[in-house]
Amino acid sequence: MATVKDTLDPIKGRAPLVTSGATFKEITDAVAAPLEADNYRAWWVCFLVAVFFLGIFLVSVSYLIWEGTGIWGLNNPVGWGWAIVNFVFWVGIGHAGTLISAVLFLFRQDWRTSINRYAEAMTIFAVICALMFPGIHVGRIWVIYWVFPIPNQMDMWPNFMSPLLWDVFAVSTYFTVSLLFWYVGLIPDFATMRDRSKTKARKIAYGIFALGWRGSMRHWLNYERTYLILAALATPLVLSVHTIVSFDFAVSNVYGWHTTIFPPYFVAGAIFSGFAMVLTLIIPARKIFKLEHIVTTKHLENMAKIILLTGSLVGYAYGMEFFIAMYSGNQYEQFAFANRMFGDYAWAYWIMVSCNVITPQFFWFKKMRRNVVVLFVLSIFVNIGMWFERFVITMSLSADPLPSAHGYFSPTIWDITTLIGSFGLFFTLFFLFIRFIPMVAIAEVKTVLPQADPHWHPEDEGAGHSDEAGSQEVTAHG
Amino acid sequence: MAQIFPRWTNKIPFMIGVGAPVVLCGVVFFVWYYFSPKFLEVGYQPEQPVPFSHKLHAGALGMDCRYCHNTVEEAGHAAIPPPATCMNCHSQLDLGETAARFQPVKDAYEGKAPLEWVKVHMLPDYAYFDHSVHVAAGVGCVSCHGRIDQMEVVYQHAPLSMSWCLDCHRNPEPNLRPKSEVTNMTWDGTNPPYDWSNDPHRNLGPDGKTRAVDPPQHCSGCHR
Repeated sequence: MATVKDTLDPIKGRAPLVTSGATFKEITDAVAAPLEADNYRAWWVCFLVAVFFLGIFLVSVSYLIWEGTGIWGLNNPVGWGWAIVNFVFWVGIGHAGTLISAVLFLFRQDWRTSINRYAEAMTIFAVICALMFPGIHVGRIWVIYWVFPIPNQMDMWPNFMSPLLWDVFAVSTYFTVSLLFWYVGLIPDFATMRDRSKTKARKIAYGIFALGWRGSMRHWLNYERTYLILAALATPLVLSVHTIVSFDFAVSNVYGWHTTIFPPYFVAGAIFSGFAMVLTLIIPARKIFKLEHIVTTKHLENMAKIILLTGSLVGYAYGMEFFIAMYSGNQYEQFAFANRMFGDYAWAYWIMVSCNVITPQFFWFKKMRRNVVVLFVLSIFVNIGMWFERFVITMSLSADPLPSAHGYFSPTIWDITTLIGSFGLFFTLFFLFIRFIPMVAIAEVKTVLPQADPHWHPEDEGAGHSDEAGSQEVTAHG
Repeated sequence: MAQIFPRWTNKIPFMIGVGAPVVLCGVVFFVWYYFSPKFLEVGYQPEQPVPFSHKLHAGALGMDCRYCHNTVEEAGHAAIPPPATCMNCHSQLDLGETAARFQPVKDAYEGKAPLEWVKVHMLPDYAYFDHSVHVAAGVGCVSCHGRIDQMEVVYQHAPLSMSWCLDCHRNPEPNLRPKSEVTNMTWDGTNPPYDWSNDPHRNLGPDGKTRAVDPPQHCSGCHR
């Protein structure tokens, strides 16, 4: 397919985002199919596997609350282990959703419509997983309300100078805005599902969430305006959340953490890992649910380009950290970085570099970007690499400037079950999403169909609207 | 299309919008007020094994606190006196018809059964508290324990909450007095104003006016 058919109007003249010339109804049918299928056996199998891992998570967390954080491999000098690694990992994954939904919306990137619902769902579930970790690692979870400024008889008040407190507000704000954004976008689709429902219970269930949506002009007007406002609110959050997560490290005085490059480096890494996770999840889904005409290779290719960009940024940051350590002349800083590359955790460092710096370079090649199998495999490598990035950073704690305080962190079985279990939580939520919520924004995808153009005419059928006559009409009137 | 929901459901979003903040604030207020030591613990007055009257001993008879709670100046813990301390006087007294009420003390003195006093002022184990340092700084007994000399049966006078401790640790002056007046239940430094410069027990602070009492306000001052 040619990318631009009409040189006079390169935007409207582009090949349609949704291929196969599907009609409005066919789009709705295709997206609603997984929600209305008769046979759910495969879904049940997947769901129960996820629930099994969720069970592992619940057991691990229950034992943790019962016994305390001593069940993890934490000890001096590494007092921050996998809990913070997993937290940053999950928050990072949660970054693609808002970027796709808010930033790309403001930039009028229409290709977002096919994947935004899916990516936002992933965001919300990833942030839920992330929020689990600071919650459980405090040790005494029954006093977790101490992190909130609530009047009490102890004169207990959060320390507003602590980045850990900023984190509470940053992540919870992010979660709230992402959830609102996701939900507002869902309202018209919930109404669609309500109207398609065959049973009373289904009608009521979808009806509650549809909030009485009738699709009137006034509804759409309010909807569009709300969506725009939320997009504007959410856009700064894309940058702020991971900036503040990076402050958890950068504001402290640990060598290897106390660097000004951390905020942009973390944000790039977060978007990098988020898009990789979207690819990992959407590639099987578009195949299984036959949505390949909605989530096309073009969409995957665009995401691969973002992965290439952010992956290269991350690689640049890795290099720049070393350069600054060398340039600073500070021998402790130099040791911290040399120790990353050649010290106890060199194995983790090189896994990180291989997965995060080398992997995305394949996406310079169009063939690789458009090869679904390559995309899927490489996206998993990126996920692994980004987990190891956080691990490598956290393990700066193991090599204090005082050699007598050096130590080696080894995870216990409970560290491992908690990490694996958090994937159980994530996928449990995800399978529920796939089964009960339209995984593509039906109403939004329709707006990018050729038929949605006011000047579209069925006689122009074939290449959609993008033939000579149609485009010129647009130019003339527009 | 037939309506799925009755008309009144239109009000639900409004009710949630108004109700949720109200309920949330209500819960916070409820916990803040009704779960506080000030509400739950002030006035705690357990029944004691012996109807010992502080009002009589410390009030009417004017006994000094330290006669019985004799370790208070040297130790963290203000001792509950052994029955022997009671017997110092009571071996010489004819209690008449109230003798039966005193019997448990006698039994304890003779080693038959210990007296199981019920502790009134309880601090959690994670809060380190030392009586001697407070007495040495010149905090009057009455500041924390109230008018013991007017209590027939002792009850908790102050909330003993963390914020209550901090109120004084942040501004100790109003609760300080000359060391000689620590056990005085009625001492009032304002009428006539007490001249701290004549206090032989005190070191003056750098400005020559305030005393050099500097209570800790950091976490590990009390949570060690």
